[in-house]
Amino acid sequence: MSIRNSAAEMAEALAKKEISAVELANQHYAQIEAVDKDVHAFLHLDKAGALAQAESIDKKRAAGEKLSPLAGVPLALKDVLVQKGVPTTCGSKMLEGWRPPYDATVVAKLKDAGIVILGKTNMDEFAMGSSTENSAYGPTHNPWDLTRIPGGSGGGSAAALAAFEAPLAIGTDTGGSIRQPAAVTATVGVKPTYGGVSRYGLVAFSSSLDQAGPCARTVLDTAMLHQSIAGFDPKDSTSINHAVPDVVAAAKKKDVKGLKIGIVKQLSGAGYQKGVENKFNDAVAELVKLGAEIVEVSCPNFEYALAAYYLIAPSECSSNLARFDSMRFGIRIGDDGSKGAEEVMNLTRQVGFGREVKRRIILGTYALSSGYYDAYYGSAQKVRTLIKRDFDAAFEKCDVLVSPTAPTTAFKIGEKSEDPLAMYLNDIATIPVNLAGVGGMSLPCGLADEDNLPVGFQIMSPAMKDDRMYLVGGALEAALLSKWGKPILDFAPRLAGSK
Amino acid sequence: MSLNYDQAIEKYEPTLGLEVHVELNTKSKMFCGCATEFGAEPNTQTCPVCLGLPGALPVVNKTAIESSILIGLALNCSIAPFSRFARKNYFYPDMPKNFQTSQYDEPICINGFLDVEIESDEGNKVFRIEIERVHMEEDTGKSLHVGGSTGRIHGAEYSLLDYNRAGIPLVEIVTKIVPNTGKYAPQVARAYVAALRDILRGLKVSDVKMEQGSLRCDVNLSLAPSGSGELGTRSETKNVNSLRSVETAVSGEIVRQANRLQSGEKIVQETRHFLEESGETRPGRSKEKAEDYRYFPEPDLVPVVPDNKWIDELRKTLPEKPADRRKRLQSEWSVPEKEMTAMVNAELLDTVEETVKLGADPTKARSWWLGEISRIANERDVVATELISVTAVAQIINLINQGELTDKLARQVVDGVIAGEGTPAEVISKRGLKVVSDDGALMKAIEDAIAAQPDTAERVRGGNIPAAGALIGAVMKATGGQADAAKVRELLLKHLGQ
Repeated sequence: MSIRNSAAEMAEALAKKEISAVELANQHYAQIEAVDKDVHAFLHLDKAGALAQAESIDKKRAAGEKLSPLAGVPLALKDVLVQKGVPTTCGSKMLEGWRPPYDATVVAKLKDAGIVILGKTNMDEFAMGSSTENSAYGPTHNPWDLTRIPGGSGGGSAAALAAFEAPLAIGTDTGGSIRQPAAVTATVGVKPTYGGVSRYGLVAFSSSLDQAGPCARTVLDTAMLHQSIAGFDPKDSTSINHAVPDVVAAAKKKDVKGLKIGIVKQLSGAGYQKGVENKFNDAVAELVKLGAEIVEVSCPNFEYALAAYYLIAPSECSSNLARFDSMRFGIRIGDDGSKGAEEVMNLTRQVGFGREVKRRIILGTYALSSGYYDAYYGSAQKVRTLIKRDFDAAFEKCDVLVSPTAPTTAFKIGEKSEDPLAMYLNDIATIPVNLAGVGGMSLPCGLADEDNLPVGFQIMSPAMKDDRMYLVGGALEAALLSKWGKPILDFAPRLAGSK
Repeated sequence: MSLNYDQAIEKYEPTLGLEVHVELNTKSKMFCGCATEFGAEPNTQTCPVCLGLPGALPVVNKTAIESSILIGLALNCSIAPFSRFARKNYFYPDMPKNFQTSQYDEPICINGFLDVEIESDEGNKVFRIEIERVHMEEDTGKSLHVGGSTGRIHGAEYSLLDYNRAGIPLVEIVTKIVPNTGKYAPQVARAYVAALRDILRGLKVSDVKMEQGSLRCDVNLSLAPSGSGELGTRSETKNVNSLRSVETAVSGEIVRQANRLQSGEKIVQETRHFLEESGETRPGRSKEKAEDYRYFPEPDLVPVVPDNKWIDELRKTLPEKPADRRKRLQSEWSVPEKEMTAMVNAELLDTVEETVKLGADPTKARSWWLGEISRIANERDVVATELISVTAVAQIINLINQGELTDKLARQVVDGVIAGEGTPAEVISKRGLKVVSDDGALMKAIEDAIAAQPDTAERVRGGNIPAAGALIGAVMKATGGQADAAKVRELLLKHLGQ
């Protein structure tokens, strides 16, 4: 048993008592100790809490209690989900030192499933960004090349998986923050159908787009984690009261014969790196070999998705982030007795928020202002409806849609940080999924010829048909594995000190 | 020279608009499970949701929706098949999320009306108040600004925040403009708020206690030259928290605006604060530069889509309309119109009805509540029902009817109960107020009197009947005046063989 095994394999070893949950957690902490000074995937380690949970799982197992499939397996939690008593910063100075008094529903479900939460992972501040460079606590480095970004906003979670610091991770995806990091680190990440996983306790960036989801190194692991965190939550009004599709069975099926797979015309061409397109096409060829039928579909309104997204998300964020006012939690600046409440709020927000967050708050405040609302927010909502219709029409012709996850492989840290628009373009292929509320998965489909860096393959499913992503992903992953002869992460350079 | 009310109303025609905020009496808050009890220790009725902690999400209270629909139905509104919450964005320390979740352009009830009756020079007159909308929102927390002279946030040394009230469900009932009330504007405004309060009380959806803030009224008022048919610039007076204040706020604003217009000044569109002590208003923030609340649909909540079956079921539970009830009670109790109006104006109709339900005679119930008890209440400037309970009054009236108390004694019992000496029974026993009708007790007093004045007794025995007066007087004195003198006389004479 090694930290390079899959979560499913770890779970099996735990079940057979070949290893204890405490030992497994300690192995991962040793790896974190060895590599995280270079990777910087974690913001906070909750060693005491994790080991206590591991110990209790070991005791239950020894006592012969029936445990959940992933009981005892370690996990890295994106720092945007609140965990009772454990610092939660959202990658922002604003929340430095804040310990939430409650658990997010996802966290409660993880705990119930006996999963061991190692710590909180780095992210772009309040999940705004595509590179994790916007974290107030410094960037995370891509384990494939430490000078490159691990994607964002969930770069910490993806890097932790790729650096074998954890076999499972939780991400959140508002415009691609699970899938794009998965793509550039050669890991697997799923944004479930909107409403499929509770948002209660997920610190909101854009409420109508945010969705927490599972991240792992294999499709099956991702499915098992998906199963553990999904389901109706009465505390989230937008949660779907519907049975969770059997994603684990779908991941194991590995049969896509006769399945209709649509290639979205608009998600290729200009702006997409050659090597990315090549690996994507190779993967499509594998699916054909497996008996899937390929259909080309057109989603004409996807062209406006990025523009609509950068109106809706900042608008909602300008309101969601208003609560960070220093009154009840987080940092407080300038409270020296000489200043009024409003001035203290202003100073706190000036100091507490980073540039990208401020940029989006200003954008959103403007877009919602009277006289501009119809032209900006109103129009963006109409575009959103049109994009949903594009998906509806496409899903009438095919079972799933596919595209490259991100237009390029991982870029250098600092390369785009002065050019927000270039940065925003990274999410061009992932954003339509959030706007429509459908499901999206990214799994690795190879290394680009020109830079030897991972390329992500995106699978999109209709709402509440998340099992289809796992069906196609599981089959494609198996085919590629046998083609490559070993897991893709084995092609990555070994990190200094790695166990 | 400044105009008085009569002069003001001669020159200018007022147009009213009323916004009433009602705190619903649901057990839990609008978007979370926290308790709503009034007067709890600060910040003890809070949770991540109503404190606006990062990550927390709202879930709509179904009872609050039911109450809102009931209010809409009682006010003859259409219930919207689809309504939504929106976010009203502005910063204030007592607003946890720095946005208020409120309905905006898609309210739950629209287009209703309420008929109100006032006494006019030509007898009773009915005005139809059209309702524009009934919508749901959440209350804010409470700020207490400590130090400084104004009690406002500016100039305060520090502020204390209590979030117990944050998230309490509110319903806002907004009228369309109310034109053509003429000089009756103040009475119409008051009658509307009173009628609305009666309806809400009847629906049992709110405590409607204006003094506790569970019913708050904002008065919009504008003037235009009489006969011009124009609509003037309005002011919005907030904090109008009693029926009397509604009336004075309207008449006061009419006089203030008329005098400004008269002297050629403009009316500024602004929020004004009503000062309870003086009955005047003082300017608040100017609304000339309208605040931009950046409303947008609340993405954390799903639309409210009540099905017709539910609405019909709620309609069936609507109680009798207050106006109908008034007519019914008037005939049941055989009360003249004038007395009925008196009870309504004194806001004691419910109280009298409850007293009657406890077995009291309607005429006596009315006269006790409107008479003695109201007199004491007025003296002390309190509400009659705060002085004494309905149960106590009913018990006292029943004792009078049973001959256990005389009216004179009953007044003493009322005094005792008000003074906190206990229930009527306790007061009677402590003060020894019972009508002494018990023959045994009387006989003892009579025997004592005879023993004390044997000569007088002898004279009576001998046929000198008028001499009995001295003995009767002694008995009355001994019983503290609580005995029935006729009865004493009868027993005494019989005892002395006469």
